[in-house]
Amino acid sequence: MNLDKNSSMDRDEPLIESEAWIAKSDDSSAKLFARRFKKHKLAVAGLAVMAVLALCAIFAPLIAPYDPSTITDSFSAAPSWQHPLGTDQIGRDELSRLIYAARISLSVGIGSILISSVIGTVLGLVSGYYGGWVDNIIMRITDVFMSFPYIMLILVVASIVGPGLTNIILILGFLGWPSVARLVRGNVLSIKETDYVKASVVLGFKTPRILFMHILPNTVAPILIYATSGVAGAILDEAALSFLGLGVQPPTPSWGNMLASAQSLTVLTSQPWQWIPPGVMIILSVLSINFIGDALRDALDPKNTK
Amino acid sequence: MFNYVIRRLLIAIPVLFGVTIINFVIMRMAPGNPVDMLVNPKLPEAALEAKRIELGLNAPAYEQYFRWLGNLFRGDLGYSMITYQPVGKMIGEHMGPTLLLMGIALILGIAIAIPLGVLSASKQYSKLDYFAVTGSFLGISIPNFFLALGLIYVFALHLKILPSSGMTELGSGGGFTDVLVHLILPVIVLTANVAGRNIRYVRSSMLEILGQDYLRTARAKGLGEFLVVNRHAMRNALIPIVTVLGMEIPILFGGAVVIEQIFSWPGIGQLTMSSIMSRDYSMIMGLNLVAAFIVIAANLLTDIAYALVDPRIKNSYQGAAAK
Repeated sequence: MNLDKNSSMDRDEPLIESEAWIAKSDDSSAKLFARRFKKHKLAVAGLAVMAVLALCAIFAPLIAPYDPSTITDSFSAAPSWQHPLGTDQIGRDELSRLIYAARISLSVGIGSILISSVIGTVLGLVSGYYGGWVDNIIMRITDVFMSFPYIMLILVVASIVGPGLTNIILILGFLGWPSVARLVRGNVLSIKETDYVKASVVLGFKTPRILFMHILPNTVAPILIYATSGVAGAILDEAALSFLGLGVQPPTPSWGNMLASAQSLTVLTSQPWQWIPPGVMIILSVLSINFIGDALRDALDPKNTK
Repeated sequence: MFNYVIRRLLIAIPVLFGVTIINFVIMRMAPGNPVDMLVNPKLPEAALEAKRIELGLNAPAYEQYFRWLGNLFRGDLGYSMITYQPVGKMIGEHMGPTLLLMGIALILGIAIAIPLGVLSASKQYSKLDYFAVTGSFLGISIPNFFLALGLIYVFALHLKILPSSGMTELGSGGGFTDVLVHLILPVIVLTANVAGRNIRYVRSSMLEILGQDYLRTARAKGLGEFLVVNRHAMRNALIPIVTVLGMEIPILFGGAVVIEQIFSWPGIGQLTMSSIMSRDYSMIMGLNLVAAFIVIAANLLTDIAYALVDPRIKNSYQGAAAK
């Protein structure tokens, strides 16, 4: 009320506008979020694409015309009515594999980001809140992990612990936390100086309560934005790893290992149905997730008043 | 400034040690014993034991670590388990082609990203802006190996105008134009990545600066838009770009592994993949270590360069020294 009076007096604005301002601020934050998000047409489209992909992944057994690892009648057959996207070199239906591969890519993306976000958030909270030598040690460890070229480190670890779906999720999860830790730490450093955190300290709240009930909720937005682009990154990393033969292993289909068939010159030149569709699926999903991440950034930005 | 450099160097030292420790731990996790690789397994157990003692493999882990670290300080990275050649020498031989590839891609990528990002920010919501932002999203969303396959499909297999593998034509002397022609496709792939990552970065940095008060002042005193953008805004917007160079190095190394594999480019990336495939752990560890050292050095240099171009950092340290 006080604030409203000030603004109308200082700037000599007509009363009607300051009322509009009140009405706007009365909007629930969810509505405000939805309105800002909807402005990004591409992000809305991306959300629709991801919803369809998620449904395909969940109901894969119902949608896919064949079992993904069953060998059908023809090898490397061109697209036809029986096989809308043709078959691969050992006669498995490409469309069915493409649908089942969505399961793999989405679980790698979401699974690994969940792991790295949890590790990174806890370390970032502790590092930023306590400061001093704790902060110093955690940040130097972060520096050490970030010094290795990410893809190279993943490849090396994958070659030692062995490939496979679970291992890939664990490797990407346990190696991806440093950037989250840095991000959360930076946010905690500024939140720690706010009055409400100082008040909780004065009130004698226990540290875990301050960290998880008061500081964490205020860092959720940047973590969410980071995690979204992280999912896109993890899908790309899984694809690259599987393409190089160190990721998800056939017969389990993944868009990356389906693309690996294009390393053979005959497939690359004369059987494009074997490698273009999985590539397009990767681009489509990664692009959609990146658009969503960009819209989230705008919609969750507290400085944004539109 | 001097204080800042010293402080920054001191921070790099524990990180360097951390890198060697992590590297050593990973090496210890690797299955198999170097002795099994080095000597004939048909030798009697006593001979194998003697070899293990000679190599110090029975010593406790920390002792092995310090022995390995000592060798490292003398520039000895050990021997490849497959080719028996010194690891350092093999990495040295493969470093040139990779640095050539990465260097050209980095320069071209930044040379595309800066003007596009600046133009896109100064003409926000124009057609050019949408074009640049969309291009940027595509650059980060297309898997580099898929783009590589697509380019090979079009330019090498169908149009037959560009070579798809190697650094020179087999049997030729490997002249300048020969290498240049072989560089085109891999460089396009890596450049698309670099430009894609940085166009939006330059754009948002520029947008932030364009909203500053001193630019309003510059416009208010009647300065033309061209001078406002090119003289006042761009200089400050480009300062954060310096740090990008440091961040790009590790990503480019990762990209090189995949791209060199596809284009049979005789560099570090191909050496990494072939050592991983043949389980040549001493080679892998050497590569990982050298790559990490290059990344640390690049970060150190960019941080110092940042302090040089951003007077705020220099001043804050001069102020601290005066106290």
